[in-house]
Amino acid sequence: MSRDASRLSLILLFAPFVLWIGLLIILPQVGIGYTSLREKISWNEYSFGLKNYVDFLGEPVYRNTLLRTAWMSILVTALALVMGFPIAYYIAKIARERSRAALFLMCLIPLWVSDLVRAYGWIVLLRETGVISTALVKWGIINQPIEMLYNDMTVIIGLVYTVILFMIVPLVSTLQGMDDALLEAGYNLGGSRLTVLRRIIIPYAMPGIVSGCIITFMLTAGSYLTPILLGGKNSSWFTEQIYNQFITRYNWESGSAFGVALLVFTSFVVWAGLRLTGQSLATTVAKD
Amino acid sequence: MQKSGPLLFVYRAYMVIFFIFLVSPLVAAGVFAFNDSMFPSLPWQGFTWDWFFSPVEPKLGLFHDDRLLQGMGNSLYIGLIVATLSVAAGTCNAFLFERKQFPFKNALYVLMVVPLVIPGVILGISILVFASMVANFADAQFGLFLTWLRPGIPLVVMGQFSFLTTITSLVIAARLQKFDISLEEAALNLGASRLRVLLTVTLPFLFPAMFSAFVVAFLVSFENFNTTLMLVGSDAPLTITMYDRMVKVGSTPVLNAVSVVLMLGSGLLALLSVVAQRPKKSA
Repeated sequence: MSRDASRLSLILLFAPFVLWIGLLIILPQVGIGYTSLREKISWNEYSFGLKNYVDFLGEPVYRNTLLRTAWMSILVTALALVMGFPIAYYIAKIARERSRAALFLMCLIPLWVSDLVRAYGWIVLLRETGVISTALVKWGIINQPIEMLYNDMTVIIGLVYTVILFMIVPLVSTLQGMDDALLEAGYNLGGSRLTVLRRIIIPYAMPGIVSGCIITFMLTAGSYLTPILLGGKNSSWFTEQIYNQFITRYNWESGSAFGVALLVFTSFVVWAGLRLTGQSLATTVAKD
Repeated sequence: MQKSGPLLFVYRAYMVIFFIFLVSPLVAAGVFAFNDSMFPSLPWQGFTWDWFFSPVEPKLGLFHDDRLLQGMGNSLYIGLIVATLSVAAGTCNAFLFERKQFPFKNALYVLMVVPLVIPGVILGISILVFASMVANFADAQFGLFLTWLRPGIPLVVMGQFSFLTTITSLVIAARLQKFDISLEEAALNLGASRLRVLLTVTLPFLFPAMFSAFVVAFLVSFENFNTTLMLVGSDAPLTITMYDRMVKVGSTPVLNAVSVVLMLGSGLLALLSVVAQRPKKSA
């Protein structure tokens, strides 16, 4: 192929990429960064400054909501890892060849169902007039119906449910690549189960663990439906604050500052996670 | 494997409990669509199709509920457009990163993955803010009213496109990576033009991946809530309509009926994409 034609096709292939990343990702991020630095003085009159950020840091409600969101997201990520790892290990290593694909597909079922339907299912199960409460009363285990919605425990369970698949999928694909001979060698050299797990399996699965944790954490911190529907009015989730600033109060300047705060914060956690484990974004998240 | 009996039993029990945990909310959402009651809760009042087909008010069925049907139509429309656009862009990206050499390739590759790690709400508000800035600028400078840059279906399409393209690019690039380049060379040596090679050799090879990327993009678009919520105008897609109903009216079994239709629809599509991927494994 001639050089000109090759150059032309490169430009043609580059164009959609540049338009997409430029117009829909980079410029909009610059846009909220810019808006977050503005302060409305009167109609169509703005001044620049850090006031929106000062307000954010000065108001304990906002600050605490971000911290609470972060803390609960980390907890959800940890729980998803602890609960998901045995499942992934079973699918990748213990299940027989034939049942493996079926188990994997079963894990993916909730992935195909909208967040909204999943949260709605939990509401039907857990609320005061819901299935579990009614059934427990009927069996005489409890005396009167109990409300199981609108507390932190339920929000955490709902979030783990929503994100655990994104933990299991990368773990399964990493563990499937592991040679069983490695395990046998570990046992033959006198390692106990715990030693083999700690010294062989977990180090091998590290890229999968990191990628699963990153996706899980981002999805949790950015989730909106589950905390609001299962946590009710006092779920105080940070994305809800952003929505309130934007849509309810129509205060785009402060909403943008909140958005930047969330983005900076989550990016920092992802960066720290990658740094601590010596992985890179391209080798973990992009793998599946 | 070095697993003893009782331990394996406990392990299996854990697997079973986990799968019950996975399906129970879905079953709960589905089953109560068929309960002959005004509320999606026990006791069981008998089986009914009313929440799907009843044409009269107290139990207005899903297929007679204009708002929900309208929402479903909007979701379908948005989903098809977004899936088509993101598969087209994803195919270009796949060729760009698999076949071409250019400076800063690694950095740009990371940039391509980045939309996946930006929270959906942020993608939504940033596109909302940026589109409004452009629209205000056009209004102030040229007196143009760019209504498509105000909340509505075009913005929803852009918002969903912004992160779905990453998914389609990765899926299609993974397939292109497996392509044996000598097939193209053979076709070229036999006298085919570049375009003809692309149309008769390379694209047919990529087709299964493009198809399943299309299905995934369509499903994710249909189910998306976070990004859409920030960009939606008066033509709300189904998830937003359903959420409004849930928050404002409270839950009636018609929402369970919607859930059943959604689950069946996405189940069928998922099956379709699995079947389309199947020949790839034997090849």
